[in-house]
Amino acid sequence: MAEPATQATGDNPLVYLKHHNNYSDSKIRRILRDVKTFAMVGASTVWRRPSFYAMKYLQHKGFRIIPVNPGRAGGEVLGETIYGSLADVPHQLDMVDIFRTSEEALEITKDIIANKDAKGIKVLWMQLTVRNDPAAELAEAAGLEVVMDRCPKIEFGRLSGELSWLGVNSHIISAKTLRSPKA
Amino acid sequence: MSVRTAIDDVESNVPGGEEGPHEYGIETLAVHAGARPDPVTGARSTPIYQTTSFVFEDSEHASELFNLQTFGYVYSRMTNPTVSVFEERIAQLEGGRGAVAASSGHSAQFLAAATLMSTGDEFISSRNLYGGSVTQFGVSFPKLGWKCHFVDPTDPENFEKAMTDKVKFIFCEGLANPGGIILDIERIAEIAHKHGILLIVDNTLASPYLMRPFEWGADLVVHSTTKFIGGHGNTMGGILIESGNIDWFKNDKYPGMSEPDPAYHSLTFAETFGDFGFTMKARFVALRDFGCTLGPTAAWNLLQGVETLPLRMQRHCDNALAVAEYLEAHPKVTWVSYPGLKSSKYRELAKKYLPKGSGAVFTFGVQGGFDSGVAVIDAVELHSHLANIGDTRSLILHPASTTHRQLTEEQQIGAGAGPDVVRLSVGIEYVDDIIADLDQALAQI
Repeated sequence: MAEPATQATGDNPLVYLKHHNNYSDSKIRRILRDVKTFAMVGASTVWRRPSFYAMKYLQHKGFRIIPVNPGRAGGEVLGETIYGSLADVPHQLDMVDIFRTSEEALEITKDIIANKDAKGIKVLWMQLTVRNDPAAELAEAAGLEVVMDRCPKIEFGRLSGELSWLGVNSHIISAKTLRSPKA
Repeated sequence: MSVRTAIDDVESNVPGGEEGPHEYGIETLAVHAGARPDPVTGARSTPIYQTTSFVFEDSEHASELFNLQTFGYVYSRMTNPTVSVFEERIAQLEGGRGAVAASSGHSAQFLAAATLMSTGDEFISSRNLYGGSVTQFGVSFPKLGWKCHFVDPTDPENFEKAMTDKVKFIFCEGLANPGGIILDIERIAEIAHKHGILLIVDNTLASPYLMRPFEWGADLVVHSTTKFIGGHGNTMGGILIESGNIDWFKNDKYPGMSEPDPAYHSLTFAETFGDFGFTMKARFVALRDFGCTLGPTAAWNLLQGVETLPLRMQRHCDNALAVAEYLEAHPKVTWVSYPGLKSSKYRELAKKYLPKGSGAVFTFGVQGGFDSGVAVIDAVELHSHLANIGDTRSLILHPASTTHRQLTEEQQIGAGAGPDVVRLSVGIEYVDDIIADLDQALAQI
């Protein structure tokens, strides 16, 4: 569990959102079921990078992922055009996944809020190790659902049972048959 | 769509929520963790996937699997569906993040060492270990260029004194075999972490029912699952579990985790797989290359055994305490080393680390030393004379002539296995029968 970002100094009041210390499996499962298309801010074109792994896996699970990376705008990764900003993305987006640092997440969140209505964004997701409570507070006030410090690939694998194939603790106890979040 | 898959657990009554997940008891985890009804057939018991290999959907799927970009089975040397249920079961029981099974406890120790060390590296180990581990660390590992510093673990500061720049980890048995010694693993973890290295605890003798070393700061846990986890003396196995709390980037001691790895397409395991990066590296590099795999049928036997771990372990402990009290009061017994006894110098540590019981493996001495010890072993009828522990059956052994035979007498005494020592692994039989058997045997000396 990442600690809340240390943006409590200066003009920013201390924001600590306890309801982000844990998410129920049913909440994560609902988001992964309902989201069809999402933007990945910080998508990499290097195949060894974690964002590349996540994008490739989730594409296979039926998600369309639009890469956003100002340094790579106009390029292509995994068959998708890379855009320089959210405003440039010519698609509706159910969710934005922030693959940048906790510190950068606040400015990116403000950009997501600015594009929320035009793009139809409903969910703001921050990657594993990325947590910024002041950003989450702003996003929730704007009507976005927020998930922080989680990887959608790992969550999808965990809830579908695939992560357990690697001997990883899913924290799931159930006597019901396994099914994928997309089933 | 079948009835089975129509169940929508989006709105199911899974306990827990945004305040925190429901914490299942260890009795529930022992039965359920890692296992779900089979999605194709509905089979409730975990099937034995007796197959070496798994087909790829197409060439692209194959390459993604080999790049570790997607989850899936390839070859049972690395992963197998029956084995992975067992791995997750133990990971959950220990409260760890992930686990990799191996063909024996020795294999699990080897996988840990091979993942953390290169030639020229060192580690510090408690000298109070299973005799086979003393030999593995002290004789065979040096052939690979891994140097072990053995220390008396009863004073944790001895680990501090033995520390060098090349040390990669501290290794100890929290509840030690065979002498009934309990270590202050919380303090030992502090020493390891002060030096930026890991603590590995062998939890074989306690099992996660009695103690969970991650709660006291351990970074990795190993088991011989041949013992209490399997519990029935019928199957070899081992497992290596990671806490999920290791920061591989805090120093440069573990380049195999924190830097691109030529053994796997220059992947940086700690970056790509985060808090289960060690399990991935131990599996897809060490297990892949050294091949000490747990087979699916063995995994199934161990799964069957571990379901009753909490029931068996409590009975083991209750019986062991009664037997230890009986022996302590016997005129022909010179000493009993069981931490559950009021007379034990480890009583306070037992209360802290093992509140449910002090395990079932301990030693005692009989008047007349070596010859009397051998005579007792030959006189028992119900106790099995063999080199194992953690069976449902009561077991008896003379360590100095068997499990600790390869050690010098000085090492034997250091490991709590001197010439006069008799070791018991108290089973789950009716306790009066166990005591009656020892009573008739002691009457013959």
